[in-house]
Amino acid sequence: MIEIINFLQYSFVQRAFLAGSFVAITCAALGMFLVLRKMSLIGDGLSHVSLGAIALGLMFSSSPFYIAVPVVMLGSILILKISEKAKVYGDAAIGIVSAIGIAGGVILVSLSKGFNVDLFSYLFGNILAISKAEVIFSIILSFLVLLLLYIFYWDLFSATFDEEYAKTTGIKTGFINVLLTLMTAVTVVLSVKIVGIMLVSALLILPAVSALQFSKGFRQAIIFAIIFSVISVILGIAISFFMDLPTGATVVMINVLLFALSFIYRQIKT
Amino acid sequence: MMPIIEVKNLFVDYGKTNVLTDISFALEKGDFIGIAGPNGAGKSTLIKTLLGLVEKTSGNIKLFGVELEKFSNWNNIGYLPQKLSNLNPIFPASVEEIVLLGLLSQKSFPKMVTKGDRKKVNKVLTDLEILNLRDKMLSDLSGGQQQRVMLARTMVSNPEVLIFDEPSTALDPESRNDFFEIIKKLNAAGTTIILITHDTGYIGSYANKLLYIDRKLIHYGAIKEFCCHGDKIGQRFERTDGHIIWHQHE
Repeated sequence: MIEIINFLQYSFVQRAFLAGSFVAITCAALGMFLVLRKMSLIGDGLSHVSLGAIALGLMFSSSPFYIAVPVVMLGSILILKISEKAKVYGDAAIGIVSAIGIAGGVILVSLSKGFNVDLFSYLFGNILAISKAEVIFSIILSFLVLLLLYIFYWDLFSATFDEEYAKTTGIKTGFINVLLTLMTAVTVVLSVKIVGIMLVSALLILPAVSALQFSKGFRQAIIFAIIFSVISVILGIAISFFMDLPTGATVVMINVLLFALSFIYRQIKT
Repeated sequence: MMPIIEVKNLFVDYGKTNVLTDISFALEKGDFIGIAGPNGAGKSTLIKTLLGLVEKTSGNIKLFGVELEKFSNWNNIGYLPQKLSNLNPIFPASVEEIVLLGLLSQKSFPKMVTKGDRKKVNKVLTDLEILNLRDKMLSDLSGGQQQRVMLARTMVSNPEVLIFDEPSTALDPESRNDFFEIIKKLNAAGTTIILITHDTGYIGSYANKLLYIDRKLIHYGAIKEFCCHGDKIGQRFERTDGHIIWHQHE
């Protein structure tokens, strides 16, 4: 018990809980729309873009987020434009931009030999090392994404359920698609610090698919996804601390466990 | 009286393929129009062009006297699309949430749902005798129940025009009859109906006008006039017990 109290008093743990919870909420809410629109892999593709973007950011600053966010946003627009204009399916467009991100990152790493260790922490996440400035940055951007999700909730819901019908009710579905992609880009960069580039898409997908196992409505599904996501991040940080495990991977494995439990619950119930 | 929908010299192309050629017609308030024609005749394209979902190549469309490009009063037009069978089976939407989507066209930015909106949903579900389904998941319902929910979504904004694209495809015969009886009552109450269906018997039973197209306009007017054309296409239709039977084979 004393160990837990001591653990909670560490300022780096408090920072990790705070930033992790905000990002977890954002990932879960956004992830529900992505999963139901069959856009889950855009998170994976943009996380690869973030490799190049963070490598670029590390060349100019010790806090690469400020450069990574706009670069990954540009990458997300590129995915949309390629799939719209170049007779390329969405998944192929994600593959193209993802490859550009990884290739760009590898070239930048080879050109600048000084930040390989820093980049490694972004590959697999290290939320316990998050700085105060990064916490504030994460909270502000998460809040902004959540605010947009709240304001455009019904437009997003309608366009996700039936895009053609949404158009007939005057919803600008093109704008909604761009907005959703840009919000995903921002959220992916924020999630990199928690679970790392390699596991970002898990934070977007797993809470949503767990909630889908038994939810009885859209709003309820989002609330369950948020609960799963926050539990996984809080437990993941705590367990990784006490068992000396990598935080990002622990968060993802707790998410997998929650998905398995949800799936079993659904099977028993039906 | 000003037509509710007016189409003049409409041409629609998909790439180099011409889908609709020189279509012109006008709908008056209270009309019940059946749209018929062979597969690939451009029926769904015509509807989607009216709704702004498909871009026209040339021609003029006016909705309630306003050019399509400038039209914004979409809550006056309800649309029930064809693809009920394409519903995402894992989508976690309750019936109430789905019907609320029909009210979004009335809302300005930012769109928020009020208690009044939920009352409107309750009323339309009561009218369609499915209030008991309000909190159920759409994916848990039968095809007939899902179609009623979609009709509720279309009706909840109380539109002056209802457009149906093959509404009976996923329905069993009993649900189909119930569905068309509901549409008939709506029309009797003054709602203008546009109906695309392969069940041409229903057009004969309920519609007062027939729009028959095969990429171009073949006939627009009373069904009786079309049946009495005596030409090759006219002979595809004949009346039996007040229904029109469309012979698919020539």
